[in-house]
Amino acid sequence: MSQSHAPPDSSKYYLPHGTPWPIIGSVALFTTMLGVAAWLNEWFGPEMFALGLTLLAVMFVGWFRTVIGENQQGVYNLDVDRSFRMGMIWFIFSEVMFFAAFFGALFYSRTLSVPWIGGEGVKVFDKIFLWQNYDAAWPTNGPAHLGPRADGSFEVIPAFGVPALNTAILLTSGITVTIAHHALKAGNRTVLKVFLALTFLLGFLFVSLQAKEYGEAYMHKGLQLSTGIYGSTFFMLTGFHGLHVTIGAIMLTIIWLRTLRGHFTPTRHFGFEAVAWYWHFVDVVWLGLFIFVYWI
Amino acid sequence: MAYSATAESHDHHDHRPSGIWRWLSTTNHKDIGTLYLIFAGVMFFVGGSMAMVIRLELFKPGMQFVDPAFFNSMTTVHALAMIFGGVMPAWVGLANWMIPLQVGAPDMALPRMNNFSFWLLPFAFTLLLIGFFVPGGAPAGGWTLYPPLVLQGGDSFPLAVFAIHLMGASSIMGAINVIVTIMNMRAPGMTLLRMPLFVWTWLITAYLLIAVMPVLAGAVTMLLTDHFFGTSFFSASGGGDPVMFQHVFWFFGHPEVYILILPAFGVVSEVIPTFSRKPLFGYEAMVYATASIAFLSFIVWAHHMFTVGMPLAGELFFMLSTMLIAIPTGVKVFNWSATMWKGSLTFEPPMLFCLAFLFLFTIGGFSGLMLAIAPADFQYQDTYFVVAHFHYVLVPGSIFTIIAAVYYWLPKWTGHMYNMTLAKWHFWLSTIFVNVLFFPQHFLGLAGMPRRIPDYATQFADWNMVSSIGGFGFGLSQLLFPYIVIKCIRGGEKAAARVWEGAHGLEWELPSPTPYHTWETPPSIALIHKGGEHWTEDGDDA
Repeated sequence: MSQSHAPPDSSKYYLPHGTPWPIIGSVALFTTMLGVAAWLNEWFGPEMFALGLTLLAVMFVGWFRTVIGENQQGVYNLDVDRSFRMGMIWFIFSEVMFFAAFFGALFYSRTLSVPWIGGEGVKVFDKIFLWQNYDAAWPTNGPAHLGPRADGSFEVIPAFGVPALNTAILLTSGITVTIAHHALKAGNRTVLKVFLALTFLLGFLFVSLQAKEYGEAYMHKGLQLSTGIYGSTFFMLTGFHGLHVTIGAIMLTIIWLRTLRGHFTPTRHFGFEAVAWYWHFVDVVWLGLFIFVYWI
Repeated sequence: MAYSATAESHDHHDHRPSGIWRWLSTTNHKDIGTLYLIFAGVMFFVGGSMAMVIRLELFKPGMQFVDPAFFNSMTTVHALAMIFGGVMPAWVGLANWMIPLQVGAPDMALPRMNNFSFWLLPFAFTLLLIGFFVPGGAPAGGWTLYPPLVLQGGDSFPLAVFAIHLMGASSIMGAINVIVTIMNMRAPGMTLLRMPLFVWTWLITAYLLIAVMPVLAGAVTMLLTDHFFGTSFFSASGGGDPVMFQHVFWFFGHPEVYILILPAFGVVSEVIPTFSRKPLFGYEAMVYATASIAFLSFIVWAHHMFTVGMPLAGELFFMLSTMLIAIPTGVKVFNWSATMWKGSLTFEPPMLFCLAFLFLFTIGGFSGLMLAIAPADFQYQDTYFVVAHFHYVLVPGSIFTIIAAVYYWLPKWTGHMYNMTLAKWHFWLSTIFVNVLFFPQHFLGLAGMPRRIPDYATQFADWNMVSSIGGFGFGLSQLLFPYIVIKCIRGGEKAAARVWEGAHGLEWELPSPTPYHTWETPPSIALIHKGGEHWTEDGDDA
């Protein structure tokens, strides 16, 4: 809003005065969520949801435009820079805990609830009285054999096919973003631009391969969200991860566009680093997924 | 005025827009703190009126005023409004106001995000309260949202889930702001072990918030997909388990109760030394005890689930880890008592509320120890004994200290003294009625009265009537609070910079009311040490 009229004084901690973006963001999130609820409840269609998402996009563009503009004016001193860094680190930690909830659900069902339904230990009566013919082996869609197929069968996606390829893609993108970072610090802008572009291209490649696998699972493998606890945990974990990769790849694209405009210096490039940290975070989550969802 | 370093000349950018836009667009920590406190106050009365409906229906056995479904909505939304709309925003409001003043920072570290975390809240609660007007009525499955019951709710179910998502986003952003402000914005010389305990307890609370609010978001997201998208997280027929929800929920829920009470410990640790005119006894022990409680809060969650059918090893582990919490909590209670020992005590309203806290919170702590005993808990589970326990720790625990904090810092915020006599009336009425309200619920619970029911067997009639009378008295006496606060904002005797004779700390070095911008030039080391001597026995170890 009110940009500082005086020349920037970077000896002071920059405090913005008045901002329209948070209230626009609050209205946008409210519209989005009321829209989703209305849609789910079948009050009306997805129009309100779409309106909310549009507003949300406006908010993000406007808010980041303001911050990037201030950054280019040079009003952010090193203290502000450190606040941004700490803020990003703790935001990523909160994301880690969000995924922890779903990993917790996976571990709990694999190691406790599924064996209990199968009659393990003191839960022997589950086997005797409730589900005599359930063998409780992972992967499972439960004693009711939930899922799209009439015979209750489903197939899993083998780890050493596309998922292993996707692991290689994400790990490679972690390397390319690091090469870009070193190039930025060394002042080699050409290498920076090329390797940053490679990074987000690899990201989008990952997402499209993942989408293809989803299509395969839904159409030909009988593996859907409704395929019992295996389908639930599989799609919830990989789905939220895929969403994060998409967001990360968009962020990388924006950072790349900023490098084309000459933003970032060898010593000051918080925006670049924040996105790189986020990218490493989705990378690490994927390793957890590859091991615990696909492999073992 | 002792303080001469304020950058008053820098007030050229003190242009606040007028009218509603000032409040919608503000990035000032004092404005945002005020907004949080007003919002919390409104939600206390919204949640409080729901409690009045509950006590009215329970005044006599039989069904009198509301139908059972609406009664269940009342208990559910009362809890959600009080926890997420009352106590948590009140603490964030106090953090906004006081942390920058107390650590010598010009504002919160991320001011735009600060505005965002406040303004999400009114929208979140609009979503939640819209639920009263949709088919099926407001959520009625209890604030713990246990499946499968919650999945059978009406159209308000997705509204409640999304409201919780927004509240979580708000809390996470608020907590990030608190952590970054404390870790990055302290004035030079304000070392970690010179920070006032309110700052310390909030720092630890903020870590708890960031760690557990996302887990709650994940839990309610799984509820949403179970209801609308055919997943089986909480359904045994698909290989899931409704008990799994309880684990995920309480992994959030137990640290959550410390989120509600740790800042209270901070306030008590500020108020008792001031009105005892003595330094806090065992400052460092208080810090370590707070950190220990926070750590333990992550490994005790299943004591909420003793009767659910956990393996014996689980019962034992969670029973013993829960009892361990009594040790750091005991350290705190003894330190507060030792602070008063041989002090020159006076009994202004903040001190009175903190003294009531000391006794009544301890009662709640002891009933908590009783509940921690797994075999005994099989008797207490889901009875009014549990209701009595958590209301003793939340009402004379969290809410009394929020009131104490407002009475402690209100003259600093407004520049006026408030009506001490009325505030003491507020204290005595609250303290007497809160006991009339909640103490009989211990008896009801031990006698076997279940919680969350609109009707009950006649042998519970007498104590329910007593409890309801206490409830109405408590509710009515709270009307004094906004009256006193609004009167104080409008005018009154001028407050000195150091409002209370025994008060130490950076906020008391600023004039009352505090200017719109403070500590634009950081306070001097001498000023920090002047405040710091109050907090550390050896004041020169900087």
